[in-house]
Amino acid sequence: MTLLGKLDWSAVPFDQPIIMGTVGVMIVAIGSILSWVTLKGYVPYLWREWITSVDHKRIGVMYIVLALVMLLRGFADGIMMRTQQAIAVGGAQGYLPPEHFDQIFSAHGTIMIFFVAMPFVIGLMNFVVPLQLGVRDVAFPTMNSISFWLTASGVLLTNMSLAVGEFAKTGWFAYPPLSELQFSPGVGVDYYLWSLQISGIGTLLSGVNFVTTILKMRAPGMSYLRMPVFCWTALASNLLIVAAFPVLTALFAMLLLDRYLGFHFFTVDAGGNVMMYVNLFWIWGHPEVYILVLPAFGVYSEVAATFSGKSLFGYRSMVLATMAICVLSYTVWLHHFFTMGASASVNAFFGITSMIIGVPTGVKVFNWLFTMYGGRVRFTVPVLWTIGFMVTFVFGGLTGVLLALPAVDWQVHNSVFLVAHFHHVIIPGVLFGAIAGYNYWFPKAFGFKLDERWGKAAFWCWFIGFHLAFMPLYVTGLMGMPRRLQHSDVLAWQPWLLVAEAGAMVIFAGIICQIVQIVVSIRHREQLRDTTGDPWNGRTLEWSTASPPPAWNFAVLPRVDGLDAFWAHKQRVLAKQELPARQHTYRPIEVPKNSPVGFVTAFFAVVTGFALIWHIWWMAGFGALGAAVTLLAFMFRAKDEVEIPADEVALFDRAHPVEVSL
Amino acid sequence: MTTETHWDVAPGERPTIPASEQEASSGFLVYTIGLLLAVILTVTSFWVANTSVIWAPGVPAGLAVLAIAQMGVHLVFFLHITTGPDSTNNVLALAFGVLIVFLVLAGSLVIMANLNENMMGHSELMNLQMPR
Repeated sequence: MTLLGKLDWSAVPFDQPIIMGTVGVMIVAIGSILSWVTLKGYVPYLWREWITSVDHKRIGVMYIVLALVMLLRGFADGIMMRTQQAIAVGGAQGYLPPEHFDQIFSAHGTIMIFFVAMPFVIGLMNFVVPLQLGVRDVAFPTMNSISFWLTASGVLLTNMSLAVGEFAKTGWFAYPPLSELQFSPGVGVDYYLWSLQISGIGTLLSGVNFVTTILKMRAPGMSYLRMPVFCWTALASNLLIVAAFPVLTALFAMLLLDRYLGFHFFTVDAGGNVMMYVNLFWIWGHPEVYILVLPAFGVYSEVAATFSGKSLFGYRSMVLATMAICVLSYTVWLHHFFTMGASASVNAFFGITSMIIGVPTGVKVFNWLFTMYGGRVRFTVPVLWTIGFMVTFVFGGLTGVLLALPAVDWQVHNSVFLVAHFHHVIIPGVLFGAIAGYNYWFPKAFGFKLDERWGKAAFWCWFIGFHLAFMPLYVTGLMGMPRRLQHSDVLAWQPWLLVAEAGAMVIFAGIICQIVQIVVSIRHREQLRDTTGDPWNGRTLEWSTASPPPAWNFAVLPRVDGLDAFWAHKQRVLAKQELPARQHTYRPIEVPKNSPVGFVTAFFAVVTGFALIWHIWWMAGFGALGAAVTLLAFMFRAKDEVEIPADEVALFDRAHPVEVSL
Repeated sequence: MTTETHWDVAPGERPTIPASEQEASSGFLVYTIGLLLAVILTVTSFWVANTSVIWAPGVPAGLAVLAIAQMGVHLVFFLHITTGPDSTNNVLALAFGVLIVFLVLAGSLVIMANLNENMMGHSELMNLQMPR
């Protein structure tokens, strides 16, 4: 045993120009950002206001920034694969060797699910849910910060694998026996497992936090059936997190025992059962789909209602459909492995449940359509994403109903038809929703709107690019093209793959439009300024406070007496033609004290994870001890709240003449 | 306002639940009864496992009954699951948890049993690999 375990200079792939180039660019980019921040003297500000912040709004923003940065990484992986597949046909070998290509498709899937979709969705929930519920923070603010920083640790470890060592070559679900020590002796699978274990703890803590917040901390008068739909979908999503993520953690723990201590849970020999891994993985995996997509459905509901100027059609059916999906999502997982060898009767059962779960989703689509029907729809950027979602998602869902037939699945399983299908539901279902939410709530977070023209350009690029990129894959899939192909000999596929490549380029143009949109919006922020706190004529409580909201969210907690509380309030004011007298007695407000415990714990989690990946046992012990001591020290803190004096609250409230009280 | 939102507490608000109701089942006496019941059930299960008084094939069933009773004791006396309105969330959470655990366990058992049935025997599988 050496001091550095398995780690030595051969871990850095100096002979791979593509990887070293990427690493170089990353080091230069991170280095220049860090030195710019340091030279400008922003470090104390960042530390005080962001890194140690336990404010749900700040944490939400950080989650979304993380997701957007990782979207760039995941997209880069995606476009590299598309390019390789488009050129490596027949005699041409392309530019990616197989072992690098395998790492790229594994990293693409892992990053897009765990480090783009999850943080984006959790970030939106963080920012929006307490504001919509009319409360001042989540139930456990410091735990929220720990959740975020643990997610960031997972991200950091995954990205480290690019420069030091390798990433998994097993696909994003790391099926054994390929992921067992015998067939993957390198550190790739360990990077995968430890980064997901660490970020998984963060996700589970978030789930507990939000379930508690939504069940226990609503504004006075906000009964369950007065909660905005986004809160309902957030509740369903977090219930799923709490129930599903422990399965994943246990599953990965078993695979880690196999790899580190010679256990035989999933090995081929000594009584291990490979199929149990697949079974357990999808018991987590299918609810995960709904963890991601339900909050996006919530966003669409809010956007459809707000921009149609109508209350949501069928609120109760929407709630019912959401909760039905929440339970039904646990009854369909076998459709991910129809071909593993179950008998026709078992396959048929899960095929039928898979079709049934489409029904509540269909209910939702009709609800959105009827919400818009007869309304004066304002075609803003969030609405474009919503309509784009509805058109695209219905078709993606239909291919899903096709695949729910075991007989069809047997024909196209493991082909790019499947790849086309799940991109066809998850991109419109989750990503479009996340971007719609980002455009919708951006003015609330920063006090100015995003530029509409660049936002619309981004939408059209994404929308057209998406169809160009994925429709051809249905065709090649039906022609028999397997997924994850580094090289193919079938020249007939190439034209379709070139179209797909062009589509990826159009999506890239969309991403550039989004970057330009941010830059342009920041430069023109004075023209785009939202002084009212209610830029869209909104319906729910988050629009009843200033933009950006103060640390305490609401100077006086709103009283709720119905659905769409803020809208109803505005209607009453309009009817009476006078503002209610503003005579509050402001009281001092206690807000949770900032704490570096999340950041420090996450630092030690990275140390532990890295050490375990490389078998540096002393360092792993040091990291685990550090994290434990940090948490212990936090538990004995003397002061956990800061009191904001009544004068300061009153001053802010008068400076921002929004009707805060209802 | 006296709607069903009676027990919603916003941060900074005084609890609206009367003190008597809050303390309903957390007294010293309750814990003592719970502990006694739990100990009795534990001791009984050890006795059942070794006894010859009961018909031998009935022992596993007896142990299962005792285990379920033990869970009930824990839920009622230590986790304070009651039928009161302030316990609705806990009861629903418990029901959801039980449902999910049931789906996961029963589903996995059915699926894995079915797969095993359709799979070649272990020895045959090994023989396939041998000639290489």
